[in-house]
Amino acid sequence: MALFGWEGLKKLGLRPQTPNVEAGTGPATKCESCGEILLKKTLENNLWVCPSCDHHHRITAWERVQVTLDEDSFEENDANLASVDPLDFRGAKSYKNKLEEAFKATGMISAMVGGVGQLRGRDVAFGVTDSRFIMGSMGSVVGEKIARLAERAIDRRLPLIMVSGSGGGARMYEGLFSLMQMAKTSAAIGRLGDAGLPFISVCTDCTMAGVWASWAALGDIIIAEPRALIGFTGPRVIKTTINCELPEGFQLSEFLLAHGQVDMIVHRYELRDRIAAAFDIMLGKTPEAAAAEK
Amino acid sequence: MSKKDDLPFEASLVELKKRIEELRNDAENTPGLKELLSSMQEKGNEVEKQLYENLSPWNTVEVARHPKRPQTRDYIDLMLDEFVELHGDRQFRDDLSIVTGLAQIGSHRVMLVGQHKGRDVTERHQCHAGCPHPEGYWKSLRKMRIAEQFGLPVVCLIDTKGAYPGIGSEERGVAIAIAENMRDMSKLKVPVVCVIIGEGGSGGALGLGVGNRILMLRHAYYSVISPEGCASILWRDGNKKAAAAGVLKLTSRDLQGFGLIDEIVDEPLGGAHRNPQVMAATLRAAIIRNLDELSRLSPTQLAQERYEKFRAYGRFTVEKNPPELPEFRDEESIPDEEEGDVA
Ligand SMILES: [Zn+2]
Repeated sequence: MALFGWEGLKKLGLRPQTPNVEAGTGPATKCESCGEILLKKTLENNLWVCPSCDHHHRITAWERVQVTLDEDSFEENDANLASVDPLDFRGAKSYKNKLEEAFKATGMISAMVGGVGQLRGRDVAFGVTDSRFIMGSMGSVVGEKIARLAERAIDRRLPLIMVSGSGGGARMYEGLFSLMQMAKTSAAIGRLGDAGLPFISVCTDCTMAGVWASWAALGDIIIAEPRALIGFTGPRVIKTTINCELPEGFQLSEFLLAHGQVDMIVHRYELRDRIAAAFDIMLGKTPEAAAAEK
Repeated sequence: MSKKDDLPFEASLVELKKRIEELRNDAENTPGLKELLSSMQEKGNEVEKQLYENLSPWNTVEVARHPKRPQTRDYIDLMLDEFVELHGDRQFRDDLSIVTGLAQIGSHRVMLVGQHKGRDVTERHQCHAGCPHPEGYWKSLRKMRIAEQFGLPVVCLIDTKGAYPGIGSEERGVAIAIAENMRDMSKLKVPVVCVIIGEGGSGGALGLGVGNRILMLRHAYYSVISPEGCASILWRDGNKKAAAAGVLKLTSRDLQGFGLIDEIVDEPLGGAHRNPQVMAATLRAAIIRNLDELSRLSPTQLAQERYEKFRAYGRFTVEKNPPELPEFRDEESIPDEEEGDVA
């Protein structure tokens, strides 16, 4: 039987970063999967994993920093890179409208947060895309931030972790500039590998199209969160193109694992420990890391 | 060219050409009409030239997709001095949507890698209409590695609507195959020349598109998403594809203006399909010239130049006063578009 919730965490010898406080009152929310009414605080203390059904809710970039890295260890880089509108894009909404909406919804000026921090005492370069910002899609800013992060990792001899929440792929609103970010980030990850540094890619719901077909697919180790949608072409498009039913669980993490496309599916509770263990074997455990575990 | 090869936007030109043909028949019996005929022909050429110089973005897409437009196997026949086709990826099967082989073009010995849609129904079926599965990218990369081993430049001809959207394609990891191609192409220590000969459809095109030089035939297009896909996202209506083609800035002229391609290769009047021989000769000369130039660089310089070229792509700004990041979690912001429609 699966071990869910705080009790389960304790049995596994794990703890979420935020101490669990079972507050009796407070704002409530509903599990997106099973519909269970939960206190927001409860869900947050559970790393936004439903205690009833184990659904991994999408989380923001900053929440991801919080649940992955050691408290107050993260220093953001290149926070001031912002999008321009190179195509002067006008559709039903202009690109400028989309950017403004995304800013209002997230308080962020781009879909990505990147920087340097510590994971269980180990120095790491860390980046994450936010699914709320134009679906975490990659335009010039996200591409540039990833390339700079990989270069910073090479300069400082750090392993790299990237967490994708990019259902939007390459960002349509920047046209071919966005497409070229796929090549640019792939080349940058290639240089990281040549420098002998590991890259762990964590794919969360959703990771699609131009992001899955570039840096997210280039992890030396690819980790998927449970039941995340990960694929190149969207399921709706495939269905209409080939005109037949898709198999059960198509493009979910478990499907990708069975087809040899990802290395492991890791529960959010265990993510930090699995990454730390992998880095320790790939790079050797540092004294700082050993000390942090005491 | 038969009648059905004419595109809808060519209607008035077709009408004019018909009248010229009629006049030509009459002129054979009536000597006085000869002068009129030659002036009409001049006018016809001028109209065609004007039409093709000012093709709308959507008309460009139509020309790029023309069923008679020369494809990789046409260029192999018309442009190369020797071709030794090499099949297969040694892993799963031979993906015929990408043709690979050793080739001689002028004084250059190269590895040719080209996407091929198929010129008749049978061939189109075998080639999945030019939409590669993962094995197509595995095949390509394998041949590029052989090229590197023997110091042969790589020439990529790009012509695809996109990678194949299907179950097997996803099961075998088409996204991973494209990503690994881009990563490894960026490191190749031989010259890489890429030419968009028809459709440059998003990631499926870029999976062969990491070169030292990116050339584009004048009426080819290169885009992050198909005009149809863009229209269905923007207006929930795939029929607004002409408007979408406009906003995407996918023509060779736009992309050269952005600095995202290096060179436009001229097409014969009325598009490559009107005269494949002339098209192939022009393209051959352009490829040879670029290979000549690149042959002066060392293996390390080639890889470095290619990396820097792609590293520099992108437009952004630096905000002097970035806004404070909020602590709150916004529950209301739910993505309003279909996932995974792009690239
Ligand atoms: Zn639930």
